[in-house]
Amino acid sequence: MSTSTDTIDEAVKSEYKYGFYSDIETESAPPGLNEGIIRFISDKKKEPEWLLEWRLKAYRHWTTLQEPTWQKADYPKIDYQDIIYFAAPKSLADGPKSMDEVDPKVLETFEKLGIPLHERMRLAGVAVDAVLDSVSVGTTFKKQLGEVGIIFCSFSEAVQDHPDLVKKYLGSVVPHTDNFFAALNSAVFTDGSFCYIPKGVRCPMELSTYFRINAAKSGQFERTLIIADEDSHVSYLEGCTAPMRDENQLHAAVVELIALDKAEIKYSTVQNWYPGDENGKGGIYNFVTKRGIAKGHNSKITWTQVETGSAITWKYPGVILQGDNSVGEFYSVALTNNYQQADTGTKMIHIGKNTRSTIISKGISAGHGQNSYRGLVKILKGAANARNYSQCDSLLIGDQCGAHTFPYIEVKNSSAQVEHEASTTKVGEDQIFYCNQRAISTQDAVNMIVNGYCKDVFQQLPMEFALEAQALLSVSLEGSVG
Amino acid sequence: MKEAIITIKDLSAEVEGRQILKGINLTIYPGEMHAIMGPNGSGKSTLAAILAGREGYEITGGEVIYGGQDLLALDPEKRAAEGVFLAFQYPVEIPGVNSTYFLKTAYNEIRKHRGLPELDAMEFLTFVKEKVKLLHLPEDLLKRPVNYGFSGGEKKRNEIFQMAVLEPKFAILDETDSGLDIDALKSVSQGVNALKRPDNAQLVITHYQRLLNFIVPDFVHVLYDGRIVKSGGKELALELEETGYDEMMPAAAVPA
Repeated sequence: MSTSTDTIDEAVKSEYKYGFYSDIETESAPPGLNEGIIRFISDKKKEPEWLLEWRLKAYRHWTTLQEPTWQKADYPKIDYQDIIYFAAPKSLADGPKSMDEVDPKVLETFEKLGIPLHERMRLAGVAVDAVLDSVSVGTTFKKQLGEVGIIFCSFSEAVQDHPDLVKKYLGSVVPHTDNFFAALNSAVFTDGSFCYIPKGVRCPMELSTYFRINAAKSGQFERTLIIADEDSHVSYLEGCTAPMRDENQLHAAVVELIALDKAEIKYSTVQNWYPGDENGKGGIYNFVTKRGIAKGHNSKITWTQVETGSAITWKYPGVILQGDNSVGEFYSVALTNNYQQADTGTKMIHIGKNTRSTIISKGISAGHGQNSYRGLVKILKGAANARNYSQCDSLLIGDQCGAHTFPYIEVKNSSAQVEHEASTTKVGEDQIFYCNQRAISTQDAVNMIVNGYCKDVFQQLPMEFALEAQALLSVSLEGSVG
Repeated sequence: MKEAIITIKDLSAEVEGRQILKGINLTIYPGEMHAIMGPNGSGKSTLAAILAGREGYEITGGEVIYGGQDLLALDPEKRAAEGVFLAFQYPVEIPGVNSTYFLKTAYNEIRKHRGLPELDAMEFLTFVKEKVKLLHLPEDLLKRPVNYGFSGGEKKRNEIFQMAVLEPKFAILDETDSGLDIDALKSVSQGVNALKRPDNAQLVITHYQRLLNFIVPDFVHVLYDGRIVKSGGKELALELEETGYDEMMPAAAVPA
């Protein structure tokens, strides 16, 4: 028989598919953080003086900050002097190369992850920037995108080739003073993606970045900047994985999105960093600051995230709704299994008139997982007729996990309308037995119930990725019922 | 003599240390419809749950033979694949899961188990639409999430609809009449009658006689305090309606 609570507890145990390590010759900085390391990184990337100064300013500010403790997650203190801040495959350490010059092992790594980078094999309809540890390995479809004026490249290349755009927008949405991890990232960020969509252009394909941590003891500090000029449209997706290790590794990224008049940015994340083993050993600390500004009138930014990995996730992709009639959306599925902890949600800051935001958050807790939704809806004085609708649902699988909700609402304009709905449900033994009685196995039943629960969010993902997300959820839940 | 579909022998069971079933004997042959009637707490729903394989019951004696196999040794999904169907007294809601998808999964699991090829989405849709017509149900039922937001009557009708699709060999209807108004009761009963065939069998569990105005069983059994205390033809149900359960019980069966 297979419907008792212990069987439910068992359904969440499965092997992490991407846990392999590639033996690539790597060049790294010694562990530790000081101005010398920052100069080393900046020098490796042949950065202009202004950027080095920008980093140092952030670093000096960071040294005055304390690591935040308000999040709902327990973890041992991080020793920032024990982290390697720069690690790159030797063949790439001195900047980007053509694919032929890249260590074949690097390309193999991405192939194994289902991301072929070679011209002849690459994914149809999706341009990929592949980032390994601290550097970008390469970006596909660059030429085709260039023909319509789209810039899609690694952040390091953008610094060399498009310094004006970088200088204008870097730190404009997430300043280095924003928070502890944003300051750290601003000081030591290594690579990430840069994207600029010119006026009136609708990006003809999905853009995506695949982040891979490979080297041990290193942290990944990527920086992504996406600018959608007037009346343009882009859909962007990021994915991420890391090897299985007993030690925790830090990933502290900053993503900034800028949407000008009538522009639309859709940013989707499928986060599958190594979550640690079933006893909570190892895994990535995913402390990320993501924010977009809907700067122009009638602009729109949509965040969709499927968070299944990481030992700890700490992330609140938000939208500053500055332009009149601008729209912000946040759709999230966060799954915590075994001993994973997720504290995630969004910030919607309404500044412009008639701004609208929608928040749909689906938390799933299994095993000993702890899942928190933390969100802020802020309606400023000038945001006449602003509207927000929030829906935060929690699903519990088994009886050892937890779900928590921390919604904050601040309204300074009396014409605003703010709605908040929340629910907590349990995958019931009744539901599972009902499926069993219809010849459906317990594991299939749990997958079906969980996927049904996440449907509203998956509908927001590009088609292929929706399927991938569904499959990922099933794998992540494997063993949560026996 | 035909081979029985199911044979229940001296079945006894406990829930949390309390004896609920105290030796049930019942044999059902193909083409037969049996009704089990009894007051609240007599063990009717426990019997249904044990036959379907729900957890939480301890079998303390006896056995159940189904198609030559020890039914109680099988997982619930295996029993379902072997043709045992339970129409739930309280059908469960599964938000976000499309009814057609749910039924297709169930149907294909059963086909797989029987070594038949699975139906693809289009084939299944054609098949299932015919069944909807057969039971005079609205087609939008297929698009809605499983039982989600259904009225009580809709849920019960949906159970019968699933039964029509899955074509079980042995169906147990657990108080399918409870909470239904007269129109819903008629429509559910029509469905059940339409599904009666010479090669399958049904066990209808009910508290009230009124269901048996529409579904005519071949045999009626009275369950009282964990035992079948009386068996007979359909006239037994009417007799029961007039005298009440207590009157009918032999003195020994009435707990002091």
